[in-house]
Amino acid sequence: MNKNEGIVNSINGPVVKGLNMGSFKVNEMVTVGTQKLIGEVVSLDGDIATVQVYEETEGLKAGEKIYSTGSPLSVTLGPGMIGNIFDGIQRPLNKIQNMSQDFIPEGIGLLTLDEEKKWDVTITVKLGDKLKPGEVYATVQETQRILHKLLVPINVSGTVKEVKPNGQYTLNDTVVVLTKDNTELANLTLSTKWPVRKARPINRRIPIYKPLITGQRVIDSFYPIAKGGTVGLPGGFGTGKTVTQHQLAKWCDADIIVYIGCGERGNEMTDVLEEFPKLIDPRTNRPLMERTILIANTSNMPVAAREASIYTGITMAEYFRDMGYDVAIMADSTSRWAEALREISGRLEQMPAEEGYPAYLPSRLAEFYERAGCVKTLNDDEATITIIGAVSPPGGDFSEPVTENTKRFVSAFLGLDKKLAYARHYPAINYLTSYSGYVDMLSEWYEENVAPDMLELRHKMIVLLQEEEKLNEIVQLVGEDVLPNDQALVLETARIIKKGFLQQNAMHAEDTYVVLKKQYLMLKVIDTFYEEALACVKIGIPISVIRTESVIQDILKIKYEIPNDKLELLDELMNKIVDVYSSLRLKYE
Amino acid sequence: MKKEYLKIQKIAGPLIVLTGIEDASYGETINIKVDENETRKGKIIKIEGDKIIAQVFEGTTGISTDNSSVKFLAEPLTIPLSKEILGRTFNGVGEPIDNAYQVISPVKQNINGRPINPVARRYPKNFIQTGISAIDSLMTLIRGQKLPIFSGNGMSHNELAAQIVKQAKIKGATKDNFAVVFGAMGVRHDDADYFRKSFESAGVLDHVVMYLNTADAPIIERISTPRCALTAAEYLAFENNMHVLVILTDMTSYAEALREISSAKEEVPSRKGYPGYLYSDLSTIYERAGMLKSCEGSITLIPILTMPNDDITHPIPDLTGFITEGQIVLNRELNHKGIYPPIDILPSLSRLMKDGIGAEFTREDHSDLQSQIYASYSKVQDIRSLSQIIGEDDLGETDKLYLQFGRELENKFIAQDKNENRNINETLDLGWYVLSILPETELDRVKPEMLSKYYVHNRER
Repeated sequence: MNKNEGIVNSINGPVVKGLNMGSFKVNEMVTVGTQKLIGEVVSLDGDIATVQVYEETEGLKAGEKIYSTGSPLSVTLGPGMIGNIFDGIQRPLNKIQNMSQDFIPEGIGLLTLDEEKKWDVTITVKLGDKLKPGEVYATVQETQRILHKLLVPINVSGTVKEVKPNGQYTLNDTVVVLTKDNTELANLTLSTKWPVRKARPINRRIPIYKPLITGQRVIDSFYPIAKGGTVGLPGGFGTGKTVTQHQLAKWCDADIIVYIGCGERGNEMTDVLEEFPKLIDPRTNRPLMERTILIANTSNMPVAAREASIYTGITMAEYFRDMGYDVAIMADSTSRWAEALREISGRLEQMPAEEGYPAYLPSRLAEFYERAGCVKTLNDDEATITIIGAVSPPGGDFSEPVTENTKRFVSAFLGLDKKLAYARHYPAINYLTSYSGYVDMLSEWYEENVAPDMLELRHKMIVLLQEEEKLNEIVQLVGEDVLPNDQALVLETARIIKKGFLQQNAMHAEDTYVVLKKQYLMLKVIDTFYEEALACVKIGIPISVIRTESVIQDILKIKYEIPNDKLELLDELMNKIVDVYSSLRLKYE
Repeated sequence: MKKEYLKIQKIAGPLIVLTGIEDASYGETINIKVDENETRKGKIIKIEGDKIIAQVFEGTTGISTDNSSVKFLAEPLTIPLSKEILGRTFNGVGEPIDNAYQVISPVKQNINGRPINPVARRYPKNFIQTGISAIDSLMTLIRGQKLPIFSGNGMSHNELAAQIVKQAKIKGATKDNFAVVFGAMGVRHDDADYFRKSFESAGVLDHVVMYLNTADAPIIERISTPRCALTAAEYLAFENNMHVLVILTDMTSYAEALREISSAKEEVPSRKGYPGYLYSDLSTIYERAGMLKSCEGSITLIPILTMPNDDITHPIPDLTGFITEGQIVLNRELNHKGIYPPIDILPSLSRLMKDGIGAEFTREDHSDLQSQIYASYSKVQDIRSLSQIIGEDDLGETDKLYLQFGRELENKFIAQDKNENRNINETLDLGWYVLSILPETELDRVKPEMLSKYYVHNRER
């Protein structure tokens, strides 16, 4: 019997057990049966191996062979990823479509990046250069905005012995040859492979200090995300997780976006595919697709590949981080990934912990989120990975294991609220229970780059909203009319903050993305209103009079009517507010 | 010649175990001959060496370990398909039960289907007019969408679904290329008859394919019923370019059947005893709806499920809501008030409507109007709870108007007759009429130009 061939013994959904597999390794990629289904060894017991199969196992028979590939589940890293859409194990869906049309069959084998396409390569090293891992040896202008840097692989170093001229090469062409220190030769091509479950090495981590600017007011101004940070985004169905994720993918100021549609709807991925190429990045004026990588393992695609999709995505992100880029990952949704873990763990007959999830759920979550960070790469560039993980708690109940454990490992938590969503307050991010652990780390940045009093203003607004929450309990019992004027003013200001600032219309051309300066000035306008109105209240002007002034409508309309590049209009509005209310005071005095 | 096995090792609930089997493949169909006169179908759901576990679709009643023989068919469960299926009625494994001929066709398809490649999908955009105001204006149904009805026992979901079938105007659909596929899992005979009658009165009966698993039919067959229905729908939509409306009822019975098998297989249960893969399993049903770039046809899916205890956080509605593109939620309180359809608009939602409404599809004011109705109606709920404490008389003037708005919205806008078919213009105009109870200053979700164009001034309050 061939030592590198196992024999299928039992089949239970995506979990297959094979005999005669003593020489296989854990996490090794294998092909199963006559159809050559792709799988991965997840455990070994004597010569019995358990394999999770990334494709539909229907039609597989006991007695069929399992073949070794000798390497762990890996992805191919090189030019051709950007603007592309892959399944959970990095097979390009366009290629699959060319082979099989509209539906995804099993047994199509392991496809990867386009190996035929020729790329314009510029070699950046010369004969005799000494190279170490992570150093750049060539570059490819992959899209107008992304310069794809080819880096010396992790375990390779040496002296340049041979250099090809600049020109057109395919993925597997050798462009540079190194003599390794022990005189062995190493051929450097345009691509490299990396096992997905292993984090790519870095030089060292550095402290987080700059925000990921998203253009979303409730995030940037209230609960900021840091470049290199981790964010949990939980919400029941219909609360707008996916729209929020899409908004971040569209407008955040990362260089590269990896969007992982993990166990979600097929039409949502189609939406991204149709919309992103048409959208223009406000910073570079290039289509957003030129910085986006999509991974789609929709809910009806094989469950084991869903488990792998998260790792495929983060590995691609790390590859671009190593080139010195700021990368942001949107994982929608990590709950589906956790459910895939649960499903496979159930079929492996492992002892379940909380709600049927395996006991290793927290450690897997931690491993994933820890791959984010602000780092110095091997090449000593500064680069970041930011992870934004959507969570879909069953019944919108945040006390379930995936949400609870995610909360332990992320520093910012943007909770989506059903009640806000029902009232069509979007984004339905709860402005009281959300938090960001990055406020302190970013305070210096905000003071320097936005305004010295930005965080002070933020704090004041949050306090007003908290007060409103308390007052609302009273209003629920006795009605709004009996409140004293100063408290009624708190309600009125909170209403303005909610309607005029926190609610943001993703479908509105002007409102979908808002620059930080405008966000700051909007808060400043609201604050001016509050202070002016408070001065009126103090001399006994009733709130009903304050409320009738038309400047309130002007404040509410800022978001639609004042474009990002005409911010001087906001200064005018502030002056108008001061004028209106000081003349009101004059009238009363 | 295929081997026949004469000995069944073990029978447990809907499952049978056989040993000494060679050459069985996972997911393969088996024929079980019971007492020489009756054949049932089954499917292999687990292989362990030479032992196989199979589920028997028609149930195991009457099977003993030695009165049956088992034959392996070497293929997964397939159903024959041709356009002849239109107007026919089948059971949950695709066999005719209308006393007519067998469907014979060279086209046979695996009822499990295969996932649609996301890049092959066409994003659904076209609005379907159902003639029901609440749906058309606030949770617009889009061609190619999957939009479930979340109901409860005794509420009028069947009437609502039948009315949608009767009135639906799908863009591009004519009488010839429109079909209805109806899959019923565990429904009562009178419910099945009700649907048949309403299809008949709508004049679409010869374009309806029915897959019926009534409450007295074997529970296990409920697993294959929706799959047969969707396989037929895929055939009609993607190979014959038809616009297909699929109604599946009741998904709760389906999920319960799944739970029963899971527990017979001794699997680790997840929430409320349902298997951990309920989400993945439901998605292999719901995700079969949609449109493809390569053809004109479409599958619009309206699954109906009854929420146990009217609890929307129960795993079945909860997981469904995470997969489908929105939901239409029915409300017991509105039902008691005699409002038909008793649609609870606040938790209801259509995720695809953003791209299927507006000047191009419905009317320029549609988006603003729906956003305003949602916002105002949500305020009505707050004021209602306040008025329960302090009494309606002590409310402010505006608050009183809100209460009036809430009542009118429910009684005039949401409520309509079972045969009333309102077109989209009537619906939107009615929406503005009701909304105009509130003073203009309260309508802050509406663009000023829409407000001045559509607001009904001087309406009596």
